[in-house]
Amino acid sequence: MHELAICQALMDQVDQIVLEQHATGVAKIILQIGPLSGVEPHLLKQAFPLASAGTLAEHSLLEIKPQAIEVECSKCSQRTLAKPNRLVCGACGDWKTRLISGDEMLLESVELICEEEMNHV
Amino acid sequence: MCDTCGCNITDGNAHLVKPGGKLSLTASGNEAVSVLRSLLHENDHAAAHNRSHFDEHGVLAINLMSSPGAGKTALLEATIQALGDRYRFAVVEGDLETENDAERIRRHGIPAVQITTGSACHLDAHMVHDALHELNLDDIDVLFIENVGNLVCPASFDLGQHLNVTLLSVPEGDDKPAKYPVIFRVADLVLLTKADLLPVLDDFSPEKAEQNLRNLASEAPLYTVTVKSVLALESWLNWLKAEVKAQRARVAKGETSQPAIQPEGAALHESSPL
Ligand SMILES: Nc1nc2c(ncn2[C@@H]2O[C@H](COP(=O)(O)OP(=O)(O)OP(=O)(O)O)[C@@H](O)[C@H]2O)c(=O)[nH]1
Ligand SMILES: [Mg+2]
Ligand SMILES: [Zn+2]
Ligand SMILES: [Zn+2]
Repeated sequence: MHELAICQALMDQVDQIVLEQHATGVAKIILQIGPLSGVEPHLLKQAFPLASAGTLAEHSLLEIKPQAIEVECSKCSQRTLAKPNRLVCGACGDWKTRLISGDEMLLESVELICEEEMNHV
Repeated sequence: MCDTCGCNITDGNAHLVKPGGKLSLTASGNEAVSVLRSLLHENDHAAAHNRSHFDEHGVLAINLMSSPGAGKTALLEATIQALGDRYRFAVVEGDLETENDAERIRRHGIPAVQITTGSACHLDAHMVHDALHELNLDDIDVLFIENVGNLVCPASFDLGQHLNVTLLSVPEGDDKPAKYPVIFRVADLVLLTKADLLPVLDDFSPEKAEQNLRNLASEAPLYTVTVKSVLALESWLNWLKAEVKAQRARVAKGETSQPAIQPEGAALHESSPL
């Protein structure tokens, strides 16, 4: 299960952002995960409590936004939705397509908790 | 370090990157920081760093991936036997529990580094970087990285290789590209291994395997091979020779290359090693 390793890498990035922004904690972490990233959202969720324990993001919420797979056909130029193991053009059926989205493995944003006394600067 | 490098801003999410700063307030008064960076950002940097090491020393690096026992080590042994006079090979072994594979390679007089990082299910760029310290890259033409036998986890981690080769052995069945699309989609070459078993396992259809691969929009060549005969390795050996030549031409021009399928953000790291 590589999701734990990926989750630990996420926690390092989040901790760094908390320090850079002089925040005191993290309310929410938002990710974008596409089906072709090779990462299973539910395994990531399972790994999260373990990976976040003892970090500045302990007890924060993890939101995972699933991403749709979209391909662009090199023959007819149409953009259509596709399935992970069928990335063919939905319009003309040609198999030579380019992936537009669906392989995301992104940290979209982090909602930080900033305490009052830190705001008067 | 590279907040402005724009890694992982894809066509699909570019609209989320709004002008006017990264910070905004949420309804609850918290500060929201927009990041849009790969979860494997650090790994991607380390991989780019490895790749620039390879290019500096004129090494071609190939990542071999497959399920356990599909024939990665056997293929390497046969390749060393066939082309050992022509190229200087080295192998990084991702068999994390035993030294067996590294020992099999060393028996052929080829340097092999065993990565021993516990029972991980994949290699990452940092592990490969550590292993490189045990090799003299100036003495190597082709470095094979034999990944951990696993059809899921290795696919997500860039190691700094120039090419991905995914093996599908005949006993596994021709439907594997449809069941494990991620690892077959990132392959620059797919090898159908243990082809000597095709007469026994007659429900395996190489045509179906290829169709399943094309359904992933993959243009990668697919060769049918077996280590039981040198003749049946020719397509693979010719591919390898052509790739060594292509790498030498790139190195001469100061260029590099990476596997055809990349998370879009990772491509942006090529010009910014660590
Ligand atoms: N019949 C036949 N057997 C093969 C061939 N290639 C490999 N094998 C056998 O398959 C078994 C596994 O081969 P390995 O080379 O160890 O496979 P691997 O992918 O390196 O295995 P792991 O590193 O453990 O994932 C061994 O018993 C090999 O002899 C082949 O072309 N034909
Ligand atoms: Mg092996
Ligand atoms: Zn089309
Ligand atoms: Zn970057």
